[in-house]
Amino acid sequence: MPHTKELVEKLVDTYGRSRESMLPILQDIQRTEHYVSDDAMVEIAKQLDISTADVYGKATFYSFIDTVPRGKYVIRVCKTIVCEMHNKSGIIETLENLLKIKIGETTLNRKFSLLYTNCLGWCHMGPAMLINDEVFTDLTPERVREIIAIYKNKN
Amino acid sequence: MENIISLTINGIDVSVDRGTSILEAAKKINIRIPTLCYHEDLCVAGNCRVCVVEAEGYRTLIASCATPCEQGMKIKTNTPKVRNARRDLIALLVSEHNTQCTTCYRSTNCELQALASEYNIDNDIYMSILKPEHLRIDKSSWSIEKDDSKCVRCQRCVRTCSELQHVNAITVAHKGKDMKISTFMDLPMNEVVCVNCGQCVIHCPTGALTERRYYDDIWNAIGDEKKKVIINTAPSVRVAIGEMLGYGPGASVTGKMVSALKQIGFNMVLDTNYTADLTIIEEGNELLMRLKKALVNKEEVALPMITSCSPGWVKFIEHMYPDKLAHLSTCKSPQQMFGALSKTYLAEKMGIEPENIVSVAAMPCAAKKFEANRPEMKSSGYQDIDAGLTTREIGHMIKQAGVDFKELIDSDFDSLMGDSTGAAVIFGATGGVMEAALRTAYEIITGRDVPFEKLNITPVRGLEGIKEAGILIDNCLPEWNFLEGVELKVAVAHGLKNARIIMEQIEAGTSPYHFIEVMACPGGCIGGGGQPIPTNDDVRKKRIKAIYDEDAGKPIRKSHENPEIKKIYEEFLVDGPLGHMSHKLLHTHYTKRNRY
Repeated sequence: MPHTKELVEKLVDTYGRSRESMLPILQDIQRTEHYVSDDAMVEIAKQLDISTADVYGKATFYSFIDTVPRGKYVIRVCKTIVCEMHNKSGIIETLENLLKIKIGETTLNRKFSLLYTNCLGWCHMGPAMLINDEVFTDLTPERVREIIAIYKNKN
Repeated sequence: MENIISLTINGIDVSVDRGTSILEAAKKINIRIPTLCYHEDLCVAGNCRVCVVEAEGYRTLIASCATPCEQGMKIKTNTPKVRNARRDLIALLVSEHNTQCTTCYRSTNCELQALASEYNIDNDIYMSILKPEHLRIDKSSWSIEKDDSKCVRCQRCVRTCSELQHVNAITVAHKGKDMKISTFMDLPMNEVVCVNCGQCVIHCPTGALTERRYYDDIWNAIGDEKKKVIINTAPSVRVAIGEMLGYGPGASVTGKMVSALKQIGFNMVLDTNYTADLTIIEEGNELLMRLKKALVNKEEVALPMITSCSPGWVKFIEHMYPDKLAHLSTCKSPQQMFGALSKTYLAEKMGIEPENIVSVAAMPCAAKKFEANRPEMKSSGYQDIDAGLTTREIGHMIKQAGVDFKELIDSDFDSLMGDSTGAAVIFGATGGVMEAALRTAYEIITGRDVPFEKLNITPVRGLEGIKEAGILIDNCLPEWNFLEGVELKVAVAHGLKNARIIMEQIEAGTSPYHFIEVMACPGGCIGGGGQPIPTNDDVRKKRIKAIYDEDAGKPIRKSHENPEIKKIYEEFLVDGPLGHMSHKLLHTHYTKRNRY
């Protein structure tokens, strides 16, 4: 994986080789590759001179860092009780039908992943979901169809 | 600021140094507070909360392991509030735990089981949330079994692997209800940097991490009349196995152990100490040969030379410093020397077909299991050692056989390969190999005893992480004139954390030593990963004392004076130390492994 190696080397030059630089390095890899591969974790361990298990432990701790491949657009639907009471399950059903994937899965073209998230803090406007960093609230199945149509046309 | 803090615990006044935890202060006045994630060897984690106590004026209960004493504190350790909280905490841990205690190897030696019993946890407080998918046991490693269904996530293993051993093969992965102790990418244990030292096993409060057991195979071999089952027992087993059989720490039960092993059916009970003496002859000569090559022939040789008896350490250097393997002595460990000789020399002398010999080792060690199964350890033409059992497994076998251990009459080891010296016994304690080697090497060079009172080389003894000694060599025998006036510098490290410091010096080219002893486990073999649980500094010190007492009581205390050793060089290893036969049977090579 020469590309991953170069990417990690570049990030290490930017953030430094101390243990504290691990998190910004992981975040940058997540941003560019949509997940942190095992090769990337091995490369970080080498560059920072720590064990691969340490890198894995840190990467898996954070919900917004993935160690399995994800799509370009990660949809995270709030799974907590207020959204649940506002028809979260209808939203999930619509998303699963539109994307032809189940919760936890990624589309074959690696464009979308569908996940649950803990409370987004938008209980007053539930149900809510995130697509990457953007929040969508007051969701209905119709609105979800519109939103996904827009994202399907994006690159 | 006052440096002495006064407080009361359960109404009793106590004064402690600033920084002392409430738990330690309570211990000082013999009040026991239950703990689970706490271990004397490790940093405080404070994650299990079992040690909570009530402090007057505090809104909530506080974890006594993680809270330093403050002036005037009024602590209560046993109020209804405290007991209820602890009971709930323990019951919640039990609800996540695979409570099939009847089939668990750690039953009756499990901290969670003891707490659940002490707090009378009825099984109907919380429903079990254990799922079938949690019941997968990782048995991939020759040495260590990992059963997550019994894990209480106290993280003692993770702290051990990181703080004591600097290996970091395991980590805390994920969080919340998904948190688990995991290797990199949750790979099987045999595919990661684990060195098999077993320190995680002796620090685990439950049966989540255990050594892989082989005693059923041995029982079958004992039951097979065609097989001759012979066992060699490591020096540190005799001072620890008593702890499993009714004795306190530090009891030396050599004679009883030999009797018990004979009684349960081993055809011969022999001594790893014999091959420890042999190791000293081979390794001492190897060191002198390297020094000669460096000083007389001006050849490039790897110095300092480092001992290779500890298989956890050997795998550590193979992973972490694969370019420095030339520094390792090529000598096999005493266990493997024993295995190779048992199926050649011993077979020949006793007139037994080697294929009918089952060679077993009783070891304080988990890594010995891996070592016995290394592909290169077949120099007798057979697998040299068929099984390496831990002290705990041997203790279990003795119990299973129904032997009344305390009532046994002492017996002596069988012969051949049963004679040993005091120099071999001390292999079991950190610094022991070094001391034994110096006793022999100094005498080879100068013809005199080492210049220490009663041969006790005290600077290399004790529990300090890295110990150093320098011995000035003067009035050499003519053959060794090139060493005249040289100060032989040696170092001893135990615990892989300290081994790493030694190796960093070698990498940087600043290592001032000629010869280094490294043992993977804190305290050396007496603190090995296969020893009885619990092991802590108090227990280590008692076992070490027992080791040195055994040494002091031996009539012969120098390896080269062992009559059976002299005999093997006359009859079998006829071309002498480092000769052709030794090279074939007693020396080995190492494998470069991945660090990441």
